[in-house]
Formats: sequence, C-alpha cells, structure tokens
Amino acid sequence: MNPLAATTRLVRAQIDNAGFVVRLLLRATLALPRLPRRLRFLLDNAFNAGVRALPVTVIVAAFAGAILAMQTGIELRRFGDTAVLGTITALSMCREMGPFITGVILAATVGSAIAAELGTMKVSDEIDALEVMSIDPVNYLVLPRVVALAVMCPTLTVLSNVVGIYGGSVIAEQNLGVSPDIYWVSAVEALTSSGTLLPKEVYVGLLKSFVFGVTIATVSCAAGLRARGGALGVGLAVQTAVRNSVILIIVLGFVITWFFYFLA
Amino acid sequence: MIEIENVHKRLGDREVLRGLSLNVPKGVNFVLMGPSGTGKSVTLKHVIGIFRPDAGGVRVDGQDVPAMDRDELMNLRKRMGYLFQNGALINWLTVEDNVALPLREHAKLASSEIDERVHQVLKLVGMDHAAKQSPPDISGGMKLRAGLARALVTRPEYVLYDEPNAGLDPIISTQIHELIAEVRDTLSVTGLIVTHSRACATQCGDRIGILEDGRLGLEGSVDEIVASDHPLARAFMGEGAD
Repeated sequence: MNPLAATTRLVRAQIDNAGFVVRLLLRATLALPRLPRRLRFLLDNAFNAGVRALPVTVIVAAFAGAILAMQTGIELRRFGDTAVLGTITALSMCREMGPFITGVILAATVGSAIAAELGTMKVSDEIDALEVMSIDPVNYLVLPRVVALAVMCPTLTVLSNVVGIYGGSVIAEQNLGVSPDIYWVSAVEALTSSGTLLPKEVYVGLLKSFVFGVTIATVSCAAGLRARGGALGVGLAVQTAVRNSVILIIVLGFVITWFFYFLA
Repeated sequence: MIEIENVHKRLGDREVLRGLSLNVPKGVNFVLMGPSGTGKSVTLKHVIGIFRPDAGGVRVDGQDVPAMDRDELMNLRKRMGYLFQNGALINWLTVEDNVALPLREHAKLASSEIDERVHQVLKLVGMDHAAKQSPPDISGGMKLRAGLARALVTRPEYVLYDEPNAGLDPIISTQIHELIAEVRDTLSVTGLIVTHSRACATQCGDRIGILEDGRLGLEGSVDEIVASDHPLARAFMGEGAD
C-alpha cells in the first residue's frame, strides 16, 4: 500500500475516533437529566469501581508515598533540612501523584473492564438489541459509568493522598529520623497555608481526578462500543481503552497543572 | 407492509446487497433464505434502521425508514420486535428483567401490569419456569425463547427473526417454528424470517424468497417453492436440504 495513503487513513481513523469520544461525552452530558432513572446502575458501577480499584490503590499509594519520601529525604538529609519532608510529600501527593496513581489504576482495572464488557455486548448484538428496543445505549450504559467514575476517581484520590502521605511518614520516621509530629505538622501546614476551606493544592488535585474519571469512562465506553470482530475485537478494544486513557491522563494532567500554576 | 426497493449496500470492500427488492404484506410470515454472506441479516438491519442503504428505499407502512430521524426511528422500533441469532439478552439481567426491559423503559404501565405481561409472554414461549435465571445459566434454546418473549412483550405489529433456530436441536427448533406460526395466527404479527432451514421455512412461512448475488433470485409461496425445479429452490428446499 502507498505509505502516504496508509498514513492518511491512519490519521483519519484517529480523528474519527477522537470525534466519536467527544460526541459520546456530549451525548452523556445531555442525558444527565435522566440520571435518576439509572440510579441503581450508577450505584452498582460506583461500587464495582471502588471494590476493583481499592486494594491496588492503597498498595500503590502507600509505596509511592514511601518512595517519594525516601528519594527526597536522601537529598534533604545532605542539607540537614528533613523537617520539610512532610510538606514535600503532602504537596506532591495531592497535586500530582495521588490523582495520577488513581487515574492509572482506574484505567487499568475499571477502564479495561468497561471496554471488555461493552465490547462483548457489541460483538454479541446486545447493543443492537438495545437500539431495536428504542433504548439509547448512551443513556442506558454510558451515562451511569461516566458519572460513577466521575465520583469514584476523586473519592479514591482522597484515599490515595492520605495513604501516600502516611507511607511517607513511616519512611521519614524509620529511615530518616524525622519525628511524626514534625512530619505531620509540616504536611498539614502545607495543605492549609492558604487559609481557605479547600486549599488550591487539594482542589486542583481533585479537579484533575474528576477530569481523569470522566475521561477514563468515556474513552473506555467508546472503545467498547466500537469493538468489532469477536474476541479479538474485544481484546483490541481493551488495549485501546487503557492506552488512550493513560495518554490522556498524562496530557490532561499537564494541561491542568499548567493552567492553575502558570496561567491562572 | 414492509417494502424493500432496489436496495444496494456495501460493507467494507464488498457490495452485499445489489438491488434487492421484496414486499412483505401484513399478517404474512415471509422467509428469506440464501447462502451465508448474501445479506440476509443485513436486510433485517435495514428494515429496523440500524443500517441505511447506499441506494434504494425501505418503507414500513409507507414510512421511509432511511429518512427517519432518531425520534421517528425510536417510534418505529416500538412497533417492531427483533429476535437476534443468540437471543442477545443482557447478561447481568435475569430472564424476566430482560423481557420486562422494553416495557420498563417505554410503557407507562404499573409494575404489577408489567409483571403480568412478562409472565404471560414467558408462559407463551415456555420459559416461565426460568424467569429468575440469568442468561449465562441457560441453554441456547432457552436464550432464543427468552429473546422471542422480549420481542413479543410490547405486542409489536412486526417481528424480524434472525436465524430463529440456529444451533438448536430438531425438537427445540420445531417448538420455535410452531411458536412463530402461533404468534402470526393469534397476535396477527407480520414476520420477516431469515433462515437456512427448510423445516423453518415450511413450518412457519407463508412466502419464501431466496437471495442470490445480493438480490432476490426466486420468490413464491411455500408450496410453489417446494414444487419448483429452479436450482435455488432445489438447493434450499430439495431432498437433503436442512
């Protein structure tokens, strides 16, 4: 095949895919008034997301916080300034690490499951069955999943932040000789220094995790709804969902940080 | 009445339908036969508006299906039932919840009325005993019967059957064929049935059309097709067919 034609076809397919994801998000947003009818599915999906992601989130967040404290502490010890370890760990977890870790874990556990579930429904005609019953698949399948992840991603992020900071405190005390009092006081001061009810460090992180939740759900639903060709197609849908979710988590994370800390 | 007129449809690199025309009068079970890949299921998906033709027309009761917007399509679909090859039941719902789904979504009925209708139709297809079971726990034949119950629960004017006996043993197949004929006779439902099966065509069909190269190669009443010497008729309806 002509390389130019192949490239054009690939770019066109990517634009088409991006357009589908955006349309899906718009349709899900427009369907929000019908959410009360989907309350049971919403709760089921939120519960499933929490149960699937909770153990991994706790383990990864604890070790991420510990590693962060360890690496930073090694350098700070050279300058005799380990008292700010709590500040650095708390800010890093709340601004970046917490939302990022939670987003990636949700993409790998829940996003992949969503893509597999909807992909299987697609290749076994269940999506067409909904269509012929005049049931909008966006309203019935996509909306509860998007809202569930939009709620669960920030919730798990809060947990991830707390566990990560705690993981850092263990290393600070055991390996770097920082007393828990100094560590926790500096951590809390760093997060409440603005004096507002919800400090910027916290709300920017939560906004990120909300955006990540919506993105993971929409991208994963889109991949599932576009699955074709049996088991192979479902496998490809899962791969696409996780890959695109992780890429978007990193890109959107950068954009939000840039906006709030450099532009706004 | 379902009218399909000179429909062309290309899927990928292949032109599946090449000028298909057929009419299904009201109250009739029209059986559409033909080799695999000749566009039988594609034809059904045009009638219910999942596919739009590249050229040609599809009308149901005079309404132009490809020209319909989303709301019009939804209204049309509420008057139709569709039986998929494998039943296409929603996996996480029980059989009775699957059957009740279109009523819960659209019909303004009390919960007790919905339950009554669901069990009525499950009884009709012989599935009342399995109402509380989930699709992964029931056999292929039971899935098909539950799918048929779901297609009938809204009391549709038209039902489209996609391979209603695919993968079933002869006893269950015969039960399904009798059900399809019963639905036509008792509920005055018009049926468009896609099948390879001679038994299905003769037991529940009124008219038969056989596809060849993306268009109707042969059409007639069941008796005419059974008696015909046309090679297509012999291939699908002759001795040794099925």
